[in-house]
Amino acid sequence: MSQNPLIVAQGLSVHYGLRGGLIGPAPFVRAVENVSLEIAPGSFFGLVGESGSGKTTLGRAMLRAAPISQGEVLFDDGEVAYALKDLGKKELKDYRKRAQLIFQDPYAALSPRMTVRDIIAEPLEVMGLTKSRVEADERVREIAAKCRLNVEHLRRFPHAFSGGQRQRISIARALVSGPKFIVADESVAALDVSIQADVLNLLKAIQEDMGLTFLFISHDLSVVTHVCDHVAVMYLGRLVETAPTRTLFSGPRHPYTKALLSAIPSLDPDDRGKAQKLEGEIPSPTNPPSGCKFQTRCPVAIDRCRVEEPVLESAGTEHNVACHRWKEFSS
Amino acid sequence: MSRLIDVENLTLQFDTDEGRITAVDDVSFSLEAGEVMGLVGESGSGKSVTAKSLMKLNPRNAVYGADTKITLHLDDRPVDVMALQNDHEMKIVRGGAISLIFQEPMASFAPAISIGDQMVEQLLIHTSFSKSQAKEVSVEMLDRVGISDPDTRFGQYAFELSGGMRQRAMIAMALSTKPKLLIADEPTTALDVTIQAQVIDLMKDLVTEFGMGIIFITHDLGVIAQTADKVAVMYLGRLVEQGTVRDVIRKPAHPYTRGLLAALPTLDDIDAPLTPIPGDIPSPLERPPGCVYNTRCQEVVGPLCSAKVPEFSQVDTGHAAACHLYDPAGGVK
Repeated sequence: MSQNPLIVAQGLSVHYGLRGGLIGPAPFVRAVENVSLEIAPGSFFGLVGESGSGKTTLGRAMLRAAPISQGEVLFDDGEVAYALKDLGKKELKDYRKRAQLIFQDPYAALSPRMTVRDIIAEPLEVMGLTKSRVEADERVREIAAKCRLNVEHLRRFPHAFSGGQRQRISIARALVSGPKFIVADESVAALDVSIQADVLNLLKAIQEDMGLTFLFISHDLSVVTHVCDHVAVMYLGRLVETAPTRTLFSGPRHPYTKALLSAIPSLDPDDRGKAQKLEGEIPSPTNPPSGCKFQTRCPVAIDRCRVEEPVLESAGTEHNVACHRWKEFSS
Repeated sequence: MSRLIDVENLTLQFDTDEGRITAVDDVSFSLEAGEVMGLVGESGSGKSVTAKSLMKLNPRNAVYGADTKITLHLDDRPVDVMALQNDHEMKIVRGGAISLIFQEPMASFAPAISIGDQMVEQLLIHTSFSKSQAKEVSVEMLDRVGISDPDTRFGQYAFELSGGMRQRAMIAMALSTKPKLLIADEPTTALDVTIQAQVIDLMKDLVTEFGMGIIFITHDLGVIAQTADKVAVMYLGRLVEQGTVRDVIRKPAHPYTRGLLAALPTLDDIDAPLTPIPGDIPSPLERPPGCVYNTRCQEVVGPLCSAKVPEFSQVDTGHAAACHLYDPAGGVK
């Protein structure tokens, strides 16, 4: 990447303690393990994986909303540079302004007792970004217009809105503090397809308009390939493959990425049964398999995979893969 | 193939504090044994309510239209579902001839009763099996749907199973009574794609093996393309298009179906722009007059669209759309 990255994860691990463990060290879950990635400013970076792969935890750690157990996350937007692990209270408050989250469920994310105006204005008031109500109103109207909400909408309560409109309200709230970095966690998963396309187009337009950087977390590879410029694939807390979207889509190297792409139901009724199927399910992170974490489901696993964990290695320009055997199957 | 069910003029309204809401409006379709029908539509289109109506599984404030007729063709005789009165009579269809699989298997199993006890319970109600026979059949079904170590799973509770496993157990339970018709309401929506692919395969195998009919409800046209023989598209309580899966997906006739397909991100062309359908689905309290889709339609023919409800017109053999574009009386096309 030619530009300095906006945000960098270096060997990032997030571990959660478990109860029990009277004898010996307390057991813990490795929700995210040794993840390194860079996101360039202005990028729409996709993070995909099945439920339980740790993608939400990784997104939250990059917002300092999950504890960073090992490694570091570096943020540099040209104005400030932060190392997130040991950020002081004052800096953390400032970071909250610069990095925001859009939630999955627009029905659960909005308080039913607040008007849309108050919902959008709340971050401004909490962070003390505006001095008067008039100033806050002006800022809310400006951001609402960007999210295609009109003044009339601002007086109403969330229950009066459809799913797509609610998601636009959530987006407006995330944008109101003027952030540089947005984590969108499954932000279109709860929406109908006809509305989903609308929200995706809005996110793209806002990104270009305001020069934002997105980490777009999704389980839906077809959505990710349409909106993201880079993609990282996660499995059981590890990155297994990262690449520019086009490269990943045209030449996936990791067997898991191949299986994910192949499992997307094709719109062609004559493609039935052609998909390459994965057996079994993602193992529990409390009891991960030895060696490569994917070996229990991998169609090409060998003895080496069961003992030695592969590390990310270069498979081309900006293309990294963590697999012992990718070269054998790269044609 | 023999006819399994005929649904004619199904209309269903709900009495609410805000007035009478139309959930399903004059829906007709039929299904043969061994056939898979995909019922597609967005949230609020009435697809789940339609499916539940086939068993009269709707709350007390539901009002069925006077000329609604649902005929289930059992081996020996036709059953007029609307004429069934009490819960006792309804046993013929509920869990007997028709089984239902829900979207969220965690919410469908009782949390404090083991999976096995729940499977046995419904077998005792609907079949003449003894308790030990019922257990044997249940374990066999769990094995059949690909659950490893079925004897152990039989005694476990829903929370001990993973999402994919729970959905398999749900399918095993629904099929153990050997229903004629299986209604699967978004059975794979809560699952990851790799698990979804496994469950779809399983269901296809089971249709072949048991020869039952399936109504597969989903909002995912990709899933429909991989499973269904024919498709019915719903919007705001009305059927707008019906046809074979190839016709509907390759040559969509109704502007709504075209809109749905254009809004879908596909892997075939990742540079293609996503085209949303403009506007939002109207509230069922404010159903637009004329064609229900006219407020969002990109291909409005004229004032006719907001004045007259379009009838089904044949577009091709076995392919019909309810749209004024194809209405000979409309004088267009």
